[in-house]
Amino acid sequence: MADTADTITGIECPVYLQYHFTAGRAPARFLTRIKEGVLSGQRCPRCSNVYIPPRGSCPACGVPTEEEVELPDKGTVQSFTVVAIPIPNNPIKPPFVVANLVLDGANISFIHLLSECENSEVRIGQRVQAVWKPREEWGYAMDNIRYFRPIDEPDVPVAQIGKLPVTGREG
Amino acid sequence: MSTLAAVVGIGQTQYKTRRGDVSIAGLVREAAVNALQDAGLEWDDIEAVILGKAPDMFEGVIMPESYLTDALGCNGKPMLRVHTAGSVGGSTALVAASHVQSGSFKRVLTVTFEKQSESNAMWALSTPQPFSVHLNAGAGGYFAPIIREYMRRSGAPRDVGIKVAVKDRLHGARNPLAHLQLPNITMQEVEESMMLWDPLRFLEACPSSDGACAMVIAAEELVHESPKPPAWIRGVAMRSEPTMYAGRDEVNPQAGRDCAADVYRQAGITDPRRDLDCAEVYVPFSWYEPMWLENLGFAAQGEGWKLTMAGATSLDEGGDIPWNCSGGVLSSNPIGASGMIRFAEAARQVRGDAGAHQVPGAKLALGHAYGGGAQFFAMWVVGADKP
Ligand SMILES: [Zn+2]
Repeated sequence: MADTADTITGIECPVYLQYHFTAGRAPARFLTRIKEGVLSGQRCPRCSNVYIPPRGSCPACGVPTEEEVELPDKGTVQSFTVVAIPIPNNPIKPPFVVANLVLDGANISFIHLLSECENSEVRIGQRVQAVWKPREEWGYAMDNIRYFRPIDEPDVPVAQIGKLPVTGREG
Repeated sequence: MSTLAAVVGIGQTQYKTRRGDVSIAGLVREAAVNALQDAGLEWDDIEAVILGKAPDMFEGVIMPESYLTDALGCNGKPMLRVHTAGSVGGSTALVAASHVQSGSFKRVLTVTFEKQSESNAMWALSTPQPFSVHLNAGAGGYFAPIIREYMRRSGAPRDVGIKVAVKDRLHGARNPLAHLQLPNITMQEVEESMMLWDPLRFLEACPSSDGACAMVIAAEELVHESPKPPAWIRGVAMRSEPTMYAGRDEVNPQAGRDCAADVYRQAGITDPRRDLDCAEVYVPFSWYEPMWLENLGFAAQGEGWKLTMAGATSLDEGGDIPWNCSGGVLSSNPIGASGMIRFAEAARQVRGDAGAHQVPGAKLALGHAYGGGAQFFAMWVVGADKP
């Protein structure tokens, strides 16, 4: 008769999954360009908003996007959080800043890491620029940009965030 | 909608960090048996089964529905599995309701579950994609910047989230099924808890729970066969929108506003704060109470936090529109079931069967769920009176 101390109620069963990602035309173009160090978005023919990374359509208008727009690696903090929660197997050590960033000339934010900054000084409207990995490490991935860091430019007023031209503040 | 339908049975499990005593099959069966008992029915009285849960990777069991057919008495009956991320508990209830309202079936069992202790939801939500950086920030990392934007826009005082965290845990202490039992929680304790995703603290976030929730929904002609008062389904609505598009208002999503307008119109509600007696609303992070108060039309834009701070949503403070009397998602969060728990708790209120968290004389209640990047919405209004 088994001792109750030997009774198990569960066992570890790891699940592994490797998948082939079919990006589709617009994201494939974006990934091809970012491998060359270029940030490339697409403009909606109807509302003129610029999407990056592009998914090939503007969900607001329901139309395909085809016109390619090359964007600078400068942008603005639209919002952010400071992540302090320890998550298993996370290579990034908390606390770290995750920011919703809008590139100059773009009309939609994406999420990236913000570094080389005092976490307590990060703010909505802050100006930032990409810090790229060494060229030889570039692949078909958004993390060719290691992180964004603050730059010495005046903050963007809230009403202007997501509405700057590709030339940025000077434009 | 042709046939009138009502909730005639509700069954829940205890919600807790880990149910090591039962398998997933055992967990869903426990909720289902409780619902059948509550409805005074047997397995043979059920014509179809509608099952829901959040992503399969939350347990690492792919297509759990295929192995749960037996535990849920589906042999020889139609069975359907629903998935709409965190709102799935709500949308599953609505799929079940529509199977009865359409006249397809006269009595349907619907069950939702999550056994979060079996895997890591934070990891399961963070699968790498090449066009996005892999930051491993979890759900809180996604919603915290949206909350920060709400705080900026509304100018709400910093302690609104803390107040919601305390209020929902005091509600939860009235509900013996709630996972977190914190009857002595204080504002100071919440404020001093670890900042996980600034501005969200540990005690402002939902727990991770194991649990299941089930309901039996019957057509009007069979409602009298169950002994307890029914909860009449007075309105049902679902809406969705893309996670990302230029100009999207993430703080106050259009799909949520449209969904609420639709369900209120069906139920004849013109002023939700006045017309409803209580609401069970999906609030997994404290600040989503003031945000949804505005999205759902209980307060004007930028003013939701005023209701919270005035105690309007608190049972303990005698508020006029108590929200989440069961303790809400902040007290129990088996993700796939969390939406259905909101729908079921709304039904318990109008059946007068909510025990120590009953709103006296509740006649009309809202059940609400949202999921994905706040892109899927599911709502129903249930009433004590037949429409
Ligand atoms: Zn457009």
